[in-house]
Amino acid sequence: MKPREVVLSTTPTAEDIAALRLGDIVYLDGLMYTAREGVYMRALEGQANIPMELPSESAANFHCSPAATIREDGTFDLGAVTATASFRFAKWLPEWMAKTGARLIIGKGGMSSRDYKNYFVPNGAVYLSTVGYGTGALLGRGVENVEAVHWHEELGLAQAMWVIRCKRMGPFIVASDLDGTCLFERENAKISKNLDRVYEGTRPAVLKRFGETDDRSDELIG
Amino acid sequence: MISIDLIQNTARTLMDKAAIEIPQDYLDGLQAAAKTEDGDLSSFVLQAMLDNYEAAKEDRRAMCGDTGVPRWFVKMANDARIEGGMCALETALRRATAEATNGVPLRPNRVHPLWRTDHNNNVGIGAPEIEYGFEPEGDWVDLITVHKGGLFGTDYRMLFPSDGIEGIKRFYLDSLVAFGKRGLACQPAIIGIGLGGSKDTCMVLGKRASVLRTVGSRNSDPRIAALEDELKQLGNSIGMGAMGFVGKNMVIDCNIEVGYCHTGGMQMSVHAFCLSSRRAVARLFPDGRVEYRTDPDWFTPYQRRETVEWEPAMEDA
Repeated sequence: MKPREVVLSTTPTAEDIAALRLGDIVYLDGLMYTAREGVYMRALEGQANIPMELPSESAANFHCSPAATIREDGTFDLGAVTATASFRFAKWLPEWMAKTGARLIIGKGGMSSRDYKNYFVPNGAVYLSTVGYGTGALLGRGVENVEAVHWHEELGLAQAMWVIRCKRMGPFIVASDLDGTCLFERENAKISKNLDRVYEGTRPAVLKRFGETDDRSDELIG
Repeated sequence: MISIDLIQNTARTLMDKAAIEIPQDYLDGLQAAAKTEDGDLSSFVLQAMLDNYEAAKEDRRAMCGDTGVPRWFVKMANDARIEGGMCALETALRRATAEATNGVPLRPNRVHPLWRTDHNNNVGIGAPEIEYGFEPEGDWVDLITVHKGGLFGTDYRMLFPSDGIEGIKRFYLDSLVAFGKRGLACQPAIIGIGLGGSKDTCMVLGKRASVLRTVGSRNSDPRIAALEDELKQLGNSIGMGAMGFVGKNMVIDCNIEVGYCHTGGMQMSVHAFCLSSRRAVARLFPDGRVEYRTDPDWFTPYQRRETVEWEPAMEDA
């Protein structure tokens, strides 16, 4: 069965979000901003003023830094766009969400169902995953304009807050829903059923390591 | 003598090609995988990737927004001479890396590990890495650039002879399952395995097995080649596909390289060269000719030589 395609605003209504199903393919219209380590540290730990009106301008937080440069005349050259793994930002996201009203968290690999239940669902937010990973050229095509690059002098280009106007930018996959269900955990559970058979004929290493597990339903993130 | 301008200009072109054009061998491998894939979500992902390679080439934009950490491998034939010497060559490669970062553009990924200083050009202490190899015949230089992703999918373990093939398979599966969940390794990938050497060279062998060999190549030792086939099939029997969704394709190919190791050990490393398997190669000649290709052809009989002396006649025997 082919996944369902949905076009969504980056300032979605509660009804828009409630209508999303795990595995839906989403294309985005509107403004989104990028935020990774540097932005959270500066805005939350450093208490710097966030240079945008959130969430009225955008409720879409993209864990990303683009392949891009600022030309000498101050204009931007943005090529490809790809997300970075989101689990590393779990420490800052609850406070960020409370402060900015972000409803679409976009990145690589998703978060845990615990994260979804604890602070995504209460904030009416869902997680959208990029596809591949690495559909950077396709996502780059969805960038209509770079509206601004904040804090690039303080944080460098890769950590700066890029404000991007999207036009049918995608594809993204809906990876959580308002029940807090996690698409990746659902897939992990299906795959885990097969693993004992795959591991037949293998043997654990004679020299063990600290923290080692043979529970293959374990994850590395979190 | 190979001119330094030729080196810098060619290096600049290679940076573009690596970032934008998926190598044909990987593309063929992924197209074959897409035909066999029957998981709904995995199939969608593979098709999106194939569309993405087309978009990158059409628009001349980087195929992935995380453009990896650019590095260089330089292979010199024994009679090659570089205008200005080897330090001039290293400067030319650093310049080409910095220029391409702003020109393509690439993401300026390289920062200081502690102070997070970013020169916005992918150049810094030890960056880009430049590694060397030599060949006994000729006067050419091969420049190879690889833009490998830098965070997930790699592991090292000290195994011992008593771990045997069963231990190798266990560590291989552990690496694929651990980093394959949620697609952290950006699979399906070219999996490179290093066996033996010392801890550092084991990592080097595995990394080179993933980035300097093509899809469809096989180790010249027939028993290692058979193990490559077996491990490829084992990886694809996990039931995990692109992004960690249910699927059949985790491993586009599995390449193994070995080095002689301590008699008590059997070091093993696992590396994953991702859905954006970025590599580009050019051979430069003293008369100014440049031949572009995508196969690094790194692991020649000379690189895998086992004996004290190198006798070219042995190659043909």
